[in-house]
Amino acid sequence: MYNFDVERPKTVADAVNALATDEAQPMSGGQTLIPTLKARLAMPSVLVSLSGIDEMKGVRKGDDGRLCIGGGTTHATVAAEAAADFPGLAGLAARIGDPAVRNRGTIGGSVANNDPSACYPAAVLATGATVVTNNREIAADDYFQGMFATALEEGEIVTEVKFPIPQASHYEKHIQPASRFPLVAVFVAKFADGVRVAVTGASENGVFRWTEAEAALGGAFNSDTVKGLTVDAADMISDLHGSGAYRAHLVGVMTRRAVDAING
Amino acid sequence: MTQVKMTVNGKTASGHVEGRTLLVQFLREDLGLTGTHVGCDTSQCGACVVHVNGQAVKACSMLAVEADGADVATIEGQAAADGTLNTIQQAFQDHHGLQCGFCTPGMVMSAAALLKDNPKPTVAEVRHYLDGNICRCTGYHNIVKAIMAASGQDIGAIAAE
Repeated sequence: MYNFDVERPKTVADAVNALATDEAQPMSGGQTLIPTLKARLAMPSVLVSLSGIDEMKGVRKGDDGRLCIGGGTTHATVAAEAAADFPGLAGLAARIGDPAVRNRGTIGGSVANNDPSACYPAAVLATGATVVTNNREIAADDYFQGMFATALEEGEIVTEVKFPIPQASHYEKHIQPASRFPLVAVFVAKFADGVRVAVTGASENGVFRWTEAEAALGGAFNSDTVKGLTVDAADMISDLHGSGAYRAHLVGVMTRRAVDAING
Repeated sequence: MTQVKMTVNGKTASGHVEGRTLLVQFLREDLGLTGTHVGCDTSQCGACVVHVNGQAVKACSMLAVEADGADVATIEGQAAADGTLNTIQQAFQDHHGLQCGFCTPGMVMSAAALLKDNPKPTVAEVRHYLDGNICRCTGYHNIVKAIMAASGQDIGAIAAE
């Protein structure tokens, strides 16, 4: 790693001020950023650690019934504290990385980084959640803008994510066994007024909604409905872990398994 | 350089570190606690697992300055002062839960974190919890056996996978 100074602000306001410095970079749990720094793929002069900001931590039920999760909340905390209200999300959080990673990695860091194989973006997009930052609220459909690209401005921090709670949901993932990231994973969320399906790990454009499957499942919520549907293999990531055609196939398989899991 | 001060295995420890100094470097190079191993340095292998404020973390993927003020536990603090192994360590010895031993500090620290939260895990839960600890010698069978034994459960019926 190149050397850098570390700031440890205690409030969002102080963090925003610290990030105004040239070449400052925010770090949440660091489970992606520290390996990135070791590989010298980033060279911040100041690292602003968000892990000491208590106002960005915790899981609470909002007045409007949404589940509101502070950006600095670790995966382990989400797994434990979202279990009663939103088991689909808790189940996702409980299977990110491994236990030690889950004790450090945060939802805000994952959503801000928008790795094309990260787990949380699938839940955020599939529920139509709202990403809250230090100065605005962004709808999930506007937030994710391609591989590692989001609507965030320079120095903007994800302070909270507000999830509408589906009637039922399930996250099904097929992991790449070395990295434990999804090779392909699908989050299916069933609401009173429709179904949303989001896919991560598969596309060259990062997380996406599979609208054909949403329409079909909105008509009849069973896995047979989506059996004949396919995504275009040409849009899928093709690498040594799997071809585009293989990933396109897995999108269908994961979706059907998620629906079957919901239907029990 | 920044001054950091933390409690390590019940004793106060302090030193001056760079921003980029990892917790594992501080433990090994400044405090001489070389029981915490660096296997992969990419947060895959888990040989560097320690407890920070009671939670298992990978010390290769946390900055030392972020542990300022924290309560840190490492493998060196697991046995009693007279060298008597704790229950988990003894179970690893009894059930031959190691071969070369390089991954063992991380395995023991992960096992301790698991049993604190889940004192009677199933075999499947033990295997799932060890997702982030890689052993290249044992095939995990005896590690799982040792952890099940340390939890006080019958290990007669555990089948190899």
